[in-house]
Amino acid sequence: MACDDLVVRYGTVTAVGGLSLAGRHGQVLAVLGPNGAGKTSAVETLEGYRRPDAGTVRILGLDPVANHRELVGRIGVMLQRGGVYPTMGPRQALHLFARYYDDPDDPDALLDLMALGPVARTPWRRLSGGEQQRLSLALALVGRPEVLFLDEPTAGVDPEGRLVIRQVVADQRARGACVVLTTHELPEAEHLADEVVIVAGGRAIARGTPAELAAAAGGQAVRFTAPPGLALAELARATGVSLSEVDEALPGQYEVRGPVTPATVAAVAGWLGARDLPVQGLRTTAATLEEAYMRLVTANGSAVRGSAVGNSTARGSADSGPTTGESADSGPTTGESIDSGPTTREPTSEPDQTAGHGSGRGGRR
Amino acid sequence: MIRRWAAQTTAELSMSLRRGESLLLTLGIPVVLLVFLTEVHILPTGPGRPVGFLAPGMMALAIMSTAMVNLSIATGFERGYGVLKRLGATPLGRPALLAAKITAVMVIEVIQAAVLVLVAVALGWRPSGSGAAAAVAVVLLATAGFGGIGLILAGSLRPEVNLAASNGLWLVLLLVSGMLAPLAKLPVAMADIARVLPAAALADSLHRSLTGGLGVAWWAWVVLAAWAVGGPVVAAMIFRWE
Repeated sequence: MACDDLVVRYGTVTAVGGLSLAGRHGQVLAVLGPNGAGKTSAVETLEGYRRPDAGTVRILGLDPVANHRELVGRIGVMLQRGGVYPTMGPRQALHLFARYYDDPDDPDALLDLMALGPVARTPWRRLSGGEQQRLSLALALVGRPEVLFLDEPTAGVDPEGRLVIRQVVADQRARGACVVLTTHELPEAEHLADEVVIVAGGRAIARGTPAELAAAAGGQAVRFTAPPGLALAELARATGVSLSEVDEALPGQYEVRGPVTPATVAAVAGWLGARDLPVQGLRTTAATLEEAYMRLVTANGSAVRGSAVGNSTARGSADSGPTTGESADSGPTTGESIDSGPTTREPTSEPDQTAGHGSGRGGRR
Repeated sequence: MIRRWAAQTTAELSMSLRRGESLLLTLGIPVVLLVFLTEVHILPTGPGRPVGFLAPGMMALAIMSTAMVNLSIATGFERGYGVLKRLGATPLGRPALLAAKITAVMVIEVIQAAVLVLVAVALGWRPSGSGAAAAVAVVLLATAGFGGIGLILAGSLRPEVNLAASNGLWLVLLLVSGMLAPLAKLPVAMADIARVLPAAALADSLHRSLTGGLGVAWWAWVVLAAWAVGGPVVAAMIFRWE
């Protein structure tokens, strides 16, 4: 699955202005960006709904417009909204869609997988938003797609529904599907994606793994509260960072910025221990994709707000080489940090969803 | 292709036959009007027994309701809900989808014809068997024409606007068509307009062939054939799938 220098225009408005994406089997590619960034236009071009105005698109080696008939049996599509007969219930819809394909998945198994059993006969228009999304996802899966396109799969979905969708996406990746999903919900991208492309104004402004992007945004630090006026230079030497990365932001509130590793934490603790200092609240703050995203997109704000987007390259997309992060193994990320004032936040401690949901699903295929 | 067409036809039929407003339009109104206007003879139905005029007229109404209004409203909402767009990304394909819709319309028409003939015979109608072949040909042409009109509306208007437009057009064609009263009873100008519309051509042809045992008028063949070609062609040109 790939597109190169994709351009999509609506009249004089350029929705996508030179976007390149690539996804492999067994990989989840998240296209992340604010509303109006061109995500849906790009994905619908990949799905074959519109012809690119420039650039090339290849899905499973085929042209999605010219080879539409061959491809439709091998891709799964979840539209941003709708797509199901308003008077049809989930069971009937799944059985109908299954008949479209030569070798479909079991509709009743999908119904159970998506926890739609209790509403199997409820008409689509009376389903909740989350139930509609889960049915749309099930319909995208029923043909056992090799490439799966999910446009905002978690929009309007409750937390339990999110867990179901996350698990399903993980299952699809595990069975070798290439999953392309668009979202503006950062935790979803962080949980689901192997590779993230941040799009603003119709262009990629950053790409990499969630960890790479987060690391490139900075924001990782060890923080603690101790008596004010400690020698920052000594602390910097002990922890192996430059003096500029060590701060006493408020009296007694210290911060050692840089990649958080066990060694850094040990160095800070050791330095404090050697001086027998009373310490409160020694903690680490992880960088998040959200932080990276907010910086990058805010920096591109002018391009995002305007509808004519040709100018979004100026600041955002200078691919400035590999990041300083520790895991720069799959291509460069845009590592520029533009504005000051790190907006660090506590890592949201979500439980690991892979445990407890995987059992009993593996044999489905 | 056969499997997809069969599955889609079954789905189209099950949705149509379970939709209350759709049943009201396709069966309820024609049957009620047939019984009521036959028993309470308030409209001038021309020479002969009222049921002899009203039975073919209500059959024409039933065909128009199914092929034009029912098809149009359902397709309009499918378009509005993104169903047609979504189906475009499945192996169903447009030919199979269209074939399924046509099949579903024709199956419903057969049900309507059976019900209306039974009711009309119970009311004393004695149809002419010799006109049956001509009636079937006329119904096929009219179905294509009405279907084309329905898809023109469904493929170009928002679903809610289409709902109103289809029902409005249905009412106008019901009145200006010779379904309820002979064209001769209409003002001359109105009757002239009616003669180029498919509704009047269908009603007149069914009346002549089924009750009168006569041949279909040449003008009706021309009008029905023109709509049968023109309607679908225009629909294919202007239909927007999303």
